Amino acid sequence: MSVNLTLLTVMGALYACGIYLLLERSLTRVLLGLMLLANATNLLLLATGGYAGLAPLFNKDTPAGDYNDPLPQALILTSIVISFAVTAFMLGIIYRTWVLARQDEIQDDAEDRRVAETPSFDAEDDAVIPVETSEFPLATIKAAAEEQPGSLNVDPRPEGGGK
Amino acid sequence: MNIASLAPLAVVLPILGAALTFLLIRYTRAQRAVSIALLTLTLTLECWLLASVWEGGTAAVNIGGWLPPWGIVMVVDQFSSLMLVVSSAVSLAVLIYATGQGMADGDRDAPVSIFHPTYLILVAGVSNAFLSGDLFNLYVGFEILLTASYVLITLGGTGPRIRAGVTYVVVSVVSSVLFLIAIAMIYGATGTVNMADLAIKLGDLDQGTRTLLHVMLLVAFGIKAAVFPLSFWLPDSYPTAPAPVTAVFAGLLTKVGVYAMVRTETLLFPGDALNAPLMVAALLTMVVGILGALAQSDIKRLLSFTLVSHIGYMVFGLAMSTVAGLGAAVFYVAHHITIQTSLFLVTGLIERRGGSSSMDRVAGLAKLSPVLAVLFFIPAMNLAGIPPFSGFLGKLGLLQAGVELGTPLAYALVVGGVLTSLLTLLAVARVWNRAFWRKPSDAEHPDPVLLAAPEDSATGDRAGRTNVTLLPRTMVGSTLGLVVFGVALTVFAGPFFRVADQSAQQMLDRSPYIQAVLGENAPVPPAALPGQQGGGK
Repeated sequence: MSVNLTLLTVMGALYACGIYLLLERSLTRVLLGLMLLANATNLLLLATGGYAGLAPLFNKDTPAGDYNDPLPQALILTSIVISFAVTAFMLGIIYRTWVLARQDEIQDDAEDRRVAETPSFDAEDDAVIPVETSEFPLATIKAAAEEQPGSLNVDPRPEGGGK
Repeated sequence: MNIASLAPLAVVLPILGAALTFLLIRYTRAQRAVSIALLTLTLTLECWLLASVWEGGTAAVNIGGWLPPWGIVMVVDQFSSLMLVVSSAVSLAVLIYATGQGMADGDRDAPVSIFHPTYLILVAGVSNAFLSGDLFNLYVGFEILLTASYVLITLGGTGPRIRAGVTYVVVSVVSSVLFLIAIAMIYGATGTVNMADLAIKLGDLDQGTRTLLHVMLLVAFGIKAAVFPLSFWLPDSYPTAPAPVTAVFAGLLTKVGVYAMVRTETLLFPGDALNAPLMVAALLTMVVGILGALAQSDIKRLLSFTLVSHIGYMVFGLAMSTVAGLGAAVFYVAHHITIQTSLFLVTGLIERRGGSSSMDRVAGLAKLSPVLAVLFFIPAMNLAGIPPFSGFLGKLGLLQAGVELGTPLAYALVVGGVLTSLLTLLAVARVWNRAFWRKPSDAEHPDPVLLAAPEDSATGDRAGRTNVTLLPRTMVGSTLGLVVFGVALTVFAGPFFRVADQSAQQMLDRSPYIQAVLGENAPVPPAALPGQQGGGK
């Protein structure tokens, strides 16, 4: 089976551009990247169906080996429909981002940032445990409870745990 | 007539339901009735299917009468029907929970009218992926469920959801493109996309091509299943969605990826070529995932990390490719779908009762709502693998299989598995201590709702409540149902494990599957291809 070199080159270029655009921070470019990737894959599927010039339609006199394989074209059709739906949805999301934030960029995850900035000190786990010196711990606890109603785990730091 | 020929109804019924609910978009009450009725019907049908293959029969349905390997074929075997039943049971529970939430909130927060059709499409996609005996139809199943999930994860279109949705959509589309490229390459190499036919024809390819195709499929499914290092998108995107949506995603979507990996490993590429890299990936998934969970202060994010971590157990069982290992993995998948979903549902209830899902803000729930505490405690201990729950049994099965295998890598994974189990216990115990046991005044930033309910006064329980029903009966009821289902998995662990082992036996044998699809006279390749042993790594 011979291969169509032009199609292969175009496919490679589409993949390269698609991946490059996918790595951008702007959502519209990401979308364009996804579309290029989908189309490059369609070309790849097409290439598996045989070379150009084969009979696409049934004819009594054509021997079986001279037909183009129709299955890849059916697969491409399905994948075009799917990428159409996804593209439409992505456009909706991009528009929504624009309405909400007036920008077309992927935003950082706030909770991710917060967790990353959390100090390794954890008030609950790492605080110094006060050494019990009294022989009557219950009395001590009661006294402490009266001084600080509702709180037995006194936080050593003024600011509290997280943040 | 064979019952198995009704299998396509598992896909058709939810799609029909989606169409009906879409027509009834203005009548929320009718929508609820239709979607719940159709899902119940689907579940009944799937239980019937499971009963028909319980003793080990495998059946194939040729869609539209086209003979395999040309037409699309759906295959019902023990593994796929078990997955169908568990997934439909879970989705039914989540649907009831979601309608309960919609009724309680008066449909203000989310456009629930679009929720029902989308949700049913999601269920149809999941069923299609489980039943598919054709690689391209599997891709279509994935796309159906993914497209529905794009809509569900951005439901309402608020800022955080859109941000999370973008990550999710882009990562999913990339993994789908990878899958499609792999399909194109496989078709180019073998000229078929029928999985049974592929099982025969892939064996004739040379080693390099086989490995390339194998790796491409595994990477594509690995992204969907959230296997380390392809798992970073998951904790970023799941937690912001509405509670029922997160719950059903956590339960089902990653498991469909695991299911596809199991089929790839057992049916298409048997032998242990990539077992060593898979085991390393499983170990890292378990350990890195659970370490991530320990750093979180938001319960939903913490649970998302435990979800990633426990995918590692399933990959571990799969990578052993022994009957014991694979059987334990099948059991673990069923167990984990149930448990992880119920935990996310409970977190939704925590959010309603305590006003937040952040552990800095929630406290004292054990006293406020003992029911909630019980509902959280049982699946949490189950997840951590405390005896006698099914989590313990599943992990025990995996560890036993690992010790039986006896390679150094398997021992490393056994140690990693035990460690992950203990760290999971630590993670859920932290949630328990902080959200349920400590007093509201001890929380870093206690929610006003909790402080308004002084625990020492007799009437304090009522003080925090307004005319909004904080814990509607339908939501608590459906969560309870799912927790009971999880406990039932423990009680009936014996028969379930037997079916899991049988299905593992069949999958490793491959001949029942191939013969069901291609007929009795199909040439059956040997269970593990020669020249494959000790490959990889």
